[in-house]
Amino acid sequence: MGQRVGLEVSLACSEAVKLANVDVIAAYPITPQTHIVEHLSELVADGHLDAEFVPVESEHTAMSACVGSSAAGARTFTSSAAQGLALMHEILFIASSLRLPIVMAVANRSLSGPISIWNDHSDIMAERDINWIQYFAENGQEVLDLTIAAFKIAEDKRVTLPVAVNLDGFVLTHVIEPIDMPDQKEVDAYLPPFAPQQKLDIANPISMGLVGVPEIYTEAKKACQVALEESYGVIKEHWDGFAKQFGRQYNPIETYKADDAEILLVTMGSLGETCMSAVDQMRADGLKVGQVRIRLWRPFPADDFLAAVKGAKSLVVMDRALQPGSASGPVATELKSLLFDRGKQMYVSNFVAGLGGRDVTRADFAGMVKKTMEAQSAGQQMACEMWGVKE
Amino acid sequence: MTPPTTAAVQPVHPQDHLLRTDRIPHIWCSGCGIGIVFGALMAAVMKSGTPLDDVAVVSGIGCTGRMAGYIKLDSFHTTHGRAIPFATGLKLARPQGKVVVASGDGDLLAIGGNHFIHAARRNMDLTIICVNNFNYGMTGGQLAPSTPFGAKTTTTPLGSPDEPFNFCALAAACGATYVARWTALHVRRLTNAITEAMNKKGFSFVEVIAPCPTAFGRRNKIRRALDLLRFYYDRSVVKNQLDPGEATIDFDHSLAVGKFLDIERPTFLDHYEMVNRGEVEAWPATGVDASAAGKRKAG
Ligand code: SF4
Repeated sequence: MGQRVGLEVSLACSEAVKLANVDVIAAYPITPQTHIVEHLSELVADGHLDAEFVPVESEHTAMSACVGSSAAGARTFTSSAAQGLALMHEILFIASSLRLPIVMAVANRSLSGPISIWNDHSDIMAERDINWIQYFAENGQEVLDLTIAAFKIAEDKRVTLPVAVNLDGFVLTHVIEPIDMPDQKEVDAYLPPFAPQQKLDIANPISMGLVGVPEIYTEAKKACQVALEESYGVIKEHWDGFAKQFGRQYNPIETYKADDAEILLVTMGSLGETCMSAVDQMRADGLKVGQVRIRLWRPFPADDFLAAVKGAKSLVVMDRALQPGSASGPVATELKSLLFDRGKQMYVSNFVAGLGGRDVTRADFAGMVKKTMEAQSAGQQMACEMWGVKE
Repeated sequence: MTPPTTAAVQPVHPQDHLLRTDRIPHIWCSGCGIGIVFGALMAAVMKSGTPLDDVAVVSGIGCTGRMAGYIKLDSFHTTHGRAIPFATGLKLARPQGKVVVASGDGDLLAIGGNHFIHAARRNMDLTIICVNNFNYGMTGGQLAPSTPFGAKTTTTPLGSPDEPFNFCALAAACGATYVARWTALHVRRLTNAITEAMNKKGFSFVEVIAPCPTAFGRRNKIRRALDLLRFYYDRSVVKNQLDPGEATIDFDHSLAVGKFLDIERPTFLDHYEMVNRGEVEAWPATGVDASAAGKRKAG
């Protein structure tokens, strides 16, 4: 049996990586990810984790080194944020197209400029289309659990794709939370050693990363996209398996007081917990409000989402990144397109909030719901609104 | 007679006009060497005689990178590693101005290392001040390309297994025209070096060995800022004109400081203008004897 400890969430992430027994970690420092890799370097130096820790000279190199080590058949981890993730951009596509099951923790932080080290989702939204599995943790326990599960999912031979585990910078990375720490035996029972289907091996030489001429490029992309779409079932299977092993269940879409709700707030990431408390307050005030939390972002769990919102009349969608020049933020765009495709009529409002570390409070959620209700009853369509902009 | 007001007797620091005083207090730790280098830079700007409107300061990300935000000149705080390419663009657009890049070792020579070597190769007319404190201070003290072999950082708790760069040798080998290294305790010589570097046409590089007591000193058992400052200073040996390739940072025998290189070489813009004026001979200058080449191939 494991034990319950008080631990900084960044360190819980590193402990998960240790429990997953990774072989190679390549990383470059960037706030607010730094504690994750610092703690890993300590675990390696102290002999608690038998791995190679490579402190490279940039994030571009970090992801390139990860591609190399994963191609050689090593279980590989890295972590980054914001500008660092952006600097990896080129290689992120290489990792997924080579079908390398790298796991990366993204300590979500806003992209400069202006220079900002604080939290929002602009970093990962700029990497939305990299063909990685992408999901969001809401608290420290989820960070630990979902990091362990990430290796299981990534390395499953039906998937073999990289996974980005998102955790909000500072709000999660720098807080200390009670964490149920599983013991090594339990993790080993859940997560077998990495057995790559193909790897760079002198005994059986293969070539990786070659040119895709027009005759095969489209098919190569199709194969990669299908792998991502089909990973949905495997993700569910391994999250269910996690629940059997560790007793904590994770679902692609989570709901809170949603069953009889007329209005549903949609969140992703750590805002979800503040929002739950706002829902409680609004319920006490007599409003039929509930919440839908998107845990799995890529591949997007369309059917789960539709099932979760089927009884509601309107959605209040939270975005923590801008999609400049578009009518909505990235999450709302996703949802509106889904509703349209499935012929489902709903009133959808969209708020971009919590940019660059700005707090989003219970009062903010209540304000958004109020505004949506007023506009809806007046029969007005709402444009996407950047919440709380100072005049 | 009315007594003088407090404002009237308040001494004004001679460098205040170069400082964004509204941004003070600064973020640097007490005992950090960056403040000394910043003071030397401001003094050198004055000493160089350059009209203030013609000086721009560019920095990258990190503790040293904050200089761009505190100096009251045209300044730009770029993204991590990109100070030199930004400065290159600035210099090309406004060749009459002096462009000073002030940044840390990690910014200039790890994530931005490629830009450093190519700007030196082209001999871009820039003044590069590198505050070398042997680690990434701002993020808490990780391994940098300058970390001495065996020194401890947060990402090398057992000691660094990497060989560090010798920045001065690298700059000289890549084509810099001015190369100097001082410690943060050589304030006068450092100020002179920055002044000379600013007035030098070409890629000029000044490395400053500076204490980071908070992140680097603490992990290497030299916790007090003054001890760290002394540690570097006491080990330094002034060796002007020393071949930069031999200007090693050897903490046990000799930490070479001095002006290692001061040569003339056409800058990127000199060459660029020559090419545009059609003054460059066709390449290769000796011409090609096509029939001879053909014969050789056949043979
Ligand atoms: S962390 Fe180090 S380099 Fe940064 S301000 Fe403090 S002493 Fe200076």
